[in-house]
Amino acid sequence: MYSYLLPEFAIERNEDRCIHCRVCERQCATDVHYYDAEMDKMFFREEACVGCQRCAVFCPTNALFIWPHPAEYRPNSSWNREKLQDLKKQAETGGVILTGSGNDKPYRIYWDHLVLNASQVTNPSIDPLREPMELKTFLGRKPDNLEIEFNKGEVKIKSELYSNVSITTPIVFSAMSYGAISYQAYKSLAMAAKKFGTLFNTGEGGLPLNMRKEYGCSAIVQCASGRFGVDPEYLNAACAIEIKIGQGAKPGIGGHLPGEKVSENIAVTRMIPQGTDALSPAPQHDIYSIEDLSMLIYALKEATNYEKPVSVKIAAVHNVAAIASGIVRAGADIVAIDGLRGGTGAAPKAIRDNVGIPLELALAAVDKRLREEGIRNKCSILAAGGIRCSADVMKAIALGADAVYIGTAALVAMGCTLCQKCYTGKCTWGICTQDPYLSKRLNPEITSQRLTNLLRGWSYEIKEMLGGMGINAIESLRGNREHLRGVGLAEWELDVLGVKGAGE
Amino acid sequence: MNNLNVKFGLRNMFLDGVRPVNELVQHVNTNGSNAYIDALGLKHKELNDLLRETALKGATSITVQNVFGQRYIGTRLYLPNLAKKMEIKIAPYPGNDLGAFLNGHRLIVYGNAQDGVGNTMDDGEIIIHGRAGDIVAMSMRGGKIFIRDNVGYRAAIHMKEYTGKVPALVIGGTAQDFFGEYMAGGRVILLGLNLSKNERHKAHYIGTGMHGGVIYLRGRVEEYQLGKEVGIRALDSQDWETVGQYVSEFSGHFGFDPAEILQEKFQKLLPVTSRPYGKIYAY
Repeated sequence: MYSYLLPEFAIERNEDRCIHCRVCERQCATDVHYYDAEMDKMFFREEACVGCQRCAVFCPTNALFIWPHPAEYRPNSSWNREKLQDLKKQAETGGVILTGSGNDKPYRIYWDHLVLNASQVTNPSIDPLREPMELKTFLGRKPDNLEIEFNKGEVKIKSELYSNVSITTPIVFSAMSYGAISYQAYKSLAMAAKKFGTLFNTGEGGLPLNMRKEYGCSAIVQCASGRFGVDPEYLNAACAIEIKIGQGAKPGIGGHLPGEKVSENIAVTRMIPQGTDALSPAPQHDIYSIEDLSMLIYALKEATNYEKPVSVKIAAVHNVAAIASGIVRAGADIVAIDGLRGGTGAAPKAIRDNVGIPLELALAAVDKRLREEGIRNKCSILAAGGIRCSADVMKAIALGADAVYIGTAALVAMGCTLCQKCYTGKCTWGICTQDPYLSKRLNPEITSQRLTNLLRGWSYEIKEMLGGMGINAIESLRGNREHLRGVGLAEWELDVLGVKGAGE
Repeated sequence: MNNLNVKFGLRNMFLDGVRPVNELVQHVNTNGSNAYIDALGLKHKELNDLLRETALKGATSITVQNVFGQRYIGTRLYLPNLAKKMEIKIAPYPGNDLGAFLNGHRLIVYGNAQDGVGNTMDDGEIIIHGRAGDIVAMSMRGGKIFIRDNVGYRAAIHMKEYTGKVPALVIGGTAQDFFGEYMAGGRVILLGLNLSKNERHKAHYIGTGMHGGVIYLRGRVEEYQLGKEVGIRALDSQDWETVGQYVSEFSGHFGFDPAEILQEKFQKLLPVTSRPYGKIYAY
């Protein structure tokens, strides 16, 4: 515990309501609440509170109130409280300030400055309740042209098609590894993806042997710089493979899974000794160029007999369009772009909050560049990082994405409240922890149901919005910027996004 | 088509012009479980298509001649239903990623190999009668690699082990910089047989970021050539047993005298901690 720091959260307990049931004490993973039997009274240590609200929602009498601590230093918009507190932490430890989940700084959220279109008079809108509405999406490389053979009334596609993966809705769960999140949370994602006909992503933590047969067909498996858990069976069990170059929350750096989180099961799945740090180097050491990337892409295709599409995931950075073009030329079937607000289990705060560019701009730039070069059909684009609702999905697709990755939204559906303490391994919601006492709070049967509910709700909203635009297939929205208008954006922003201003 | 006046300016160096397997049968000569492939003029994928096809037809011993830079030899042979693992003899110069993701087969190269030998190799054996390029045994997780001469930069990077699966890499010559970087497991033996008396090994930053596994080093190395995460120890009896076993296997492949090799001084390089970066964060 640090000295000279204000508590982050203030706790108020309504003593009239409190029945001393000690639920708050049992639910808290940071030992905030404690009971004094002699005085028959509950007490708390505010300085340990992370504001996850677990105790407040579990309190049977609603006796607890947790809010950001009202104490403030002298108001100062440059040297604000967060900056001061971080300075004090570093003065005490000399360490790198860690944080979890996505960038919380007030960068412009372009989704909130883009509006969607609807049909009025000149073309009819469609009611998805009564008319078919297609959300099915195929991820992978598409041919340049289709040769079709007509033979006595029979129609056959003559061209050789590349392997594609079909998903029932353009929403895929982002990479979250077993190790970063609990087995229960990981399995919930797998179960939900399988049930709904979409995909989950294993991250760089391997795919447990007992899940390969049942959930492999719904898995995108990652091959990242640490190559944890990668063997030929793992690659062949999956439906797609992703080479992870970068992550939106921490572009350009690797990852450290601390040794204390490497339990027996995680050690077996990652294929490393128990208790050692799982270090993912910053670069992949066999990739120092586009040519090298190409070599790994085809190595993975060779290892899987050219049966699986290969995705390359990059963080959105300054020259993202040129990089994406190189990736497609290197042979990738899917390009995944993770934006500035992408989440993480642990990242240095300086990097999470300052490195990378917003997804919306990166996505539009990549789509535009690939179209200009005539190679847009050669890959699918997966957009990730800060997709919060179905309208964000619609806007991403209109800006050129084939589908989106959701990470934080899925975690919130499972219980996460974005307290940003993922890196401590003490997630009271049982998601980002390896402590069996905490992780058993998630029941994959129930949690996967919550995730499929989310997918169903969003899919229905997407159908409603599509119908309102008068189109009946998600295909017709892809890259269709005529259905977007900007509000409150500068000329250069509209230009990068490739959309007109509202009213134009 | 686009404002660059270039129509579909994308050339796929791997897949363009690849011929179907049935047009390549004249490259293969099968005799029972033995097969002979002439790789002259074959593209990367064509050669691997043929290898897979030949393996599926039951050949367990394949000789591939006239290999000039074809990549990924052995990679496409993940065939869990195969009754017996294969032995593939390759000459003279296989390309990058030889035996990447290798699944238990045995590859013998009569010549030099390029970069990425045994990249993320799972199991099996690679024997090279010559030298190899950079990142040999990168992220290797099981099996054995024997290389007669030198290797390039970053050999044994991020090799790992778990439970009973301990990979081994034996190098007859010397290695370049960042040897054993980020090593997380496995056994690496660097013999320095081609160094003259008192000539030190070439590598600097040996074992930078190392947090598992062990390197046995024969010949001279200075303290300043080591990364700060490794410590030097003397070999104990168990180490000598391990080294002796691999050295005699190595000598068997390349015709050296193990007793002569083992006469020289060996040093053992170990990581000082399994958690080199545990203390750099403020929680």
